Amino acid sequence: MNPAPSVIVFTTLSGLGFGLLFWLGLGLPSVTGWSAFAFFTIAYLLAVGGLIASVFHLGHPERALKAFTQWRSSWLSREGWTSVATLLVMALYGAGLVFFDARWWPLGWLGAALALGTVYTTSMIYTQMRTVPRWRTPLTPALYLALALAGGALLAGQVVWALILLPVAAVLQALWWVRGDGALAASGTTLASATGLGPGGGAVRAFEPPHTGTNYLLREFVYVVGRKHALKLRMIALALGYALPVLLLLLPFSHVAAAIAVVSHLAGIAASRWLFFAEAEHVVGLYYGKRAA
Amino acid sequence: MTTLPAQTDRKLGLVIDLDTCVGCHACVVACKGWNTENYGAPLSDQDPYGDDPRGTFLNRVHSYEVQPLATSDMPHPAAQLVHFPKSCLHCEDAPCVTVCPTGASYKRVEDGIVLVNEADCIGCGLCAWACPYGAREMDEAEGVMKKCTLCVDRIYNDNLPEVDRTPACVRTCPAGARHFGDLGDPDSDVSRLVAERGGMDLMPEQGTKPVNQYLPPRMRDEMDQVDVLAPFLDPVAEDAGGFIGWLDKALERI
Repeated sequence: MNPAPSVIVFTTLSGLGFGLLFWLGLGLPSVTGWSAFAFFTIAYLLAVGGLIASVFHLGHPERALKAFTQWRSSWLSREGWTSVATLLVMALYGAGLVFFDARWWPLGWLGAALALGTVYTTSMIYTQMRTVPRWRTPLTPALYLALALAGGALLAGQVVWALILLPVAAVLQALWWVRGDGALAASGTTLASATGLGPGGGAVRAFEPPHTGTNYLLREFVYVVGRKHALKLRMIALALGYALPVLLLLLPFSHVAAAIAVVSHLAGIAASRWLFFAEAEHVVGLYYGKRAA
Repeated sequence: MTTLPAQTDRKLGLVIDLDTCVGCHACVVACKGWNTENYGAPLSDQDPYGDDPRGTFLNRVHSYEVQPLATSDMPHPAAQLVHFPKSCLHCEDAPCVTVCPTGASYKRVEDGIVLVNEADCIGCGLCAWACPYGAREMDEAEGVMKKCTLCVDRIYNDNLPEVDRTPACVRTCPAGARHFGDLGDPDSDVSRLVAERGGMDLMPEQGTKPVNQYLPPRMRDEMDQVDVLAPFLDPVAEDAGGFIGWLDKALERI
């Protein structure tokens, strides 16, 4: 799949933002007044910034409101609802903390649940795709949720939770990669099933594409990163996204180390998210002979 | 509404005969010609006369080489070249429809045609992600999703002579490799053709239940490679005498 920058920025930033909102909803850290204002500002900048980035990849952003209509069938529509509901509920809850020094617990818990719901609906947009075997696994929502919780804990200064959740997310990430590498082969979709040709085991080979130039399908779905670079990037993602933040959290606390941990985590997750798209093999590539059999 | 109808009154679709298709791409041209000036936004081209020409098409023809397995009857079966037109299969369980967040994509109850209401399309591209066949293409100029309409503006069009009320690709095919009809009616011409010729689903494991059917290329009667010149190329002078015999021996000695 084409690793579109808008979608990578969206899933990385808003995942972190909604993760932070989850912890704020639980009252961890238990902040009020100006420090609450600072935490909520960071969370909203990340969450809303990500959402705005995602609007940039639309062909007709001015019709975006129509995307709220099909929540019965479409995960993308559900994501719209949960994200807006989270932002509204948490805005009320945050106003209580900032302006009235009051903690309205039920709103906080509702907001925390909705924040996780948003991350879950985001992950289901990818998980539902039978056309991309690498994504179609319960590990995908598990990884998205673990990353949002771990990154949120890191931003919220919940050191103990971050030290538990970052390794959990790292293990899920590794499992997701290992499973993903065999997913296309295990899916049973091949050039033979795509064309119905070569019954009885004859070999089918793409002989000529339908056109001499490129097209939307090739640009959007047939992008694959080289295996050598993928391995390097996986190591970078693991080191920056998980290992370095854990090491920095184990050091005696300082704001500088915490800030480096957050930036490093963000860079590592961005690399992982780039791979999430760049490594994903859409089965339409089979028709173009672009997938190893 | 992007939930799928439980069932449709008819299942209009195409039957494509891979045995007959000659790979001339006339269907591609006819499709582009009709659909760029009828239903919805035109099918734009980008840089059509430049270095990087590309554009939106609703129907494309691939070509595949099939090397059948050797058998005792045919130890050296010849490879076959199969031309393979591909457009929207108007699936019964169309994944492109249910992912649509705006309700722009829908499947018609009356005839099963999958269409895009372009006024509602936000161009998010998710339906193209969900389609395993590559049947949907985002138009670069218009920013909306384009797909085969089964020429919905031809097949019911009273202004056209009756013979023209079929999809443009079917009407134009010079080889008679494309057939249009109701695949939900077991007595229709297309359904009988599918039953007779063993019509098949593409990617059945994807669970899309495509309406369009493909007729497999027939195995050739004389598939084995027969070298008609071989008998004439056998060595003819195993024990030659005279001048030829002398030349043969002289050449051996060198």
